[in-house]
Amino acid sequence: MSLDKSTLEKVANLARIKVKESEIDPLINELNNIMSWVEKLNEVDIDNIEPMTGVSDAKLRERNDEVNDGGYQDKVVNNSPESISNSFSVPKVIE
Amino acid sequence: MTNLSNLGVTEILDGLNNKAFSAEELIVEYIKILKTKNKHNAYIHFNEEKSLNLAKESDARRAKNNSLALDGLPIAVKDIFCVKGEKTSACSKILENFVPNYESSVTSNLWKQGAIYLGKTSMDEFAMGSSNETSFFGKVMNPWSKDKQLVPGGSSGGSAAAVAANLAPIALGTDTGGSIRQPASFCGTIGLKPTYGRCSRWGIIAFASSLDQAGPITRSVKDSAQILQYMSGFDIKDSTSADIPVPNFIDACSSSIKDKIIGIPKEYKIDKLANDVQKIWELGIEWLQDSGAKVIDVNLPHTEYALPTYYIVAPAEASANLARYDGVKYGFRAESFDDLEDMYCSTRSEGFGEEVKRRILIGTYVLSAGYYDAYYLRAQKVRTKIVNDFNKAFNKCDAILTPTAPSGAFEIGANMSPIEMYMNDVFTVPASLAGLPAISVPGGFSDDKKPLGLQLIGKAFDEETILAFASVIENCSNFKNSIKDII
Repeated sequence: MSLDKSTLEKVANLARIKVKESEIDPLINELNNIMSWVEKLNEVDIDNIEPMTGVSDAKLRERNDEVNDGGYQDKVVNNSPESISNSFSVPKVIE
Repeated sequence: MTNLSNLGVTEILDGLNNKAFSAEELIVEYIKILKTKNKHNAYIHFNEEKSLNLAKESDARRAKNNSLALDGLPIAVKDIFCVKGEKTSACSKILENFVPNYESSVTSNLWKQGAIYLGKTSMDEFAMGSSNETSFFGKVMNPWSKDKQLVPGGSSGGSAAAVAANLAPIALGTDTGGSIRQPASFCGTIGLKPTYGRCSRWGIIAFASSLDQAGPITRSVKDSAQILQYMSGFDIKDSTSADIPVPNFIDACSSSIKDKIIGIPKEYKIDKLANDVQKIWELGIEWLQDSGAKVIDVNLPHTEYALPTYYIVAPAEASANLARYDGVKYGFRAESFDDLEDMYCSTRSEGFGEEVKRRILIGTYVLSAGYYDAYYLRAQKVRTKIVNDFNKAFNKCDAILTPTAPSGAFEIGANMSPIEMYMNDVFTVPASLAGLPAISVPGGFSDDKKPLGLQLIGKAFDEETILAFASVIENCSNFKNSIKDII
């Protein structure tokens, strides 16, 4: 399976990363090197093997749905590049 | 007066308790060193006023005989831990100027015992790297560099360099695929990655959530045990935190290894293993045998698949974790863009470095429709087989001994392809995928006098056994005394 230009463009768009025209070919080459290296996994017999999402076998814990934190919007928005009235500010989306 | 910056954990706490020096004197000494000796670029910043105030508070507690377990002990912190009021960026431009309003659980546990924040150490951007060269704040120099500048390893390269150069008695690191152990090996320090779930991940900037673990980097095994003792523990705020008791790690360091069984996996004898690394590994086996341990061969047949598995699983998780950096809630926002969509794309393209973007793209690709089963699901199944290998091996032995890395530190700017760089983690990644505890302890030196580490891998939640084995290697290698002859 090799990654072509249209796949790269699709993936870059999904990841919201811009790839300059001049970077496309070297990047395709580099990613294909990595992907063909990981394809070594095709040698492994995975029939009847369960996928592993994590090593922790801890059961998900339940908790009461209570407010135990909050009330400091000013501090939270303080880290944002732009805020208005304790809200995050972004470029206009709807005309 | 003794040189304060040479002291380890026990010596510092004894000195403070015996009133040989005060916490304030200790911090003043460290701040002086940080101001004048930052040639390694191990620290990205420190806060003199904060550290001094904490030291004064610590001295006041001690004067009233109310001192806490780690009272007055300075600790350097990898820039991936949120420290309240201190810039925390994971050494990325995209989090430049982010100041957390909260404290990570691990650092909070240490401050509660009176430990003192010393500063933030450099790292590979978002912990993605094995040389510390991807840090937004510049390269870090390995204190063992002589005529050629060497990398400290990564991603916790700043932490390992700081401890090796006596710029901190202890530094915190995180390990996703080897990021504590490999730099510890390169810098001649101890690096301990605990079992997944032992230390809370809350407040640590996420890279790959099923793998990330915090741990200490120190100059002695006992120091690592002492710090891990207080870093550990159940935390309701981390859904994968283990709700099990924390044993006495300090006692574990002096427990006997007589009749304990150490496994040697032949699959780690890879073609690219340097002769000097092989030699140190054999010495390590001998030391453990001479100290009463029984040595057996074990099989980990899927070892060669661990690295490719990791380079699907970790980027996949990273691509999801790093989706939050879009220039809205915190950090960097691009200056010029057309609309909201373009703001996201420009911010991420300008804010992330090359290696981070590469991994986000790989992660997005392996999770995308049409490729998920072929890559991601397959990797998760191979991960199961790697874990099964370890389970079988641990039916026969108590711990596994391997080299930490296939070579010693390499030069800064060495022209490596991404895959060549990834090979640094070939021996550390398997234990990460299985969530097992592992420690790197200096075993000796390469032919060109660079430190080489040995790795001990233990059963889940059995840090005690690897601490006991690591203490034996520490004593037998006599690494600490050889340092004086070499530096």
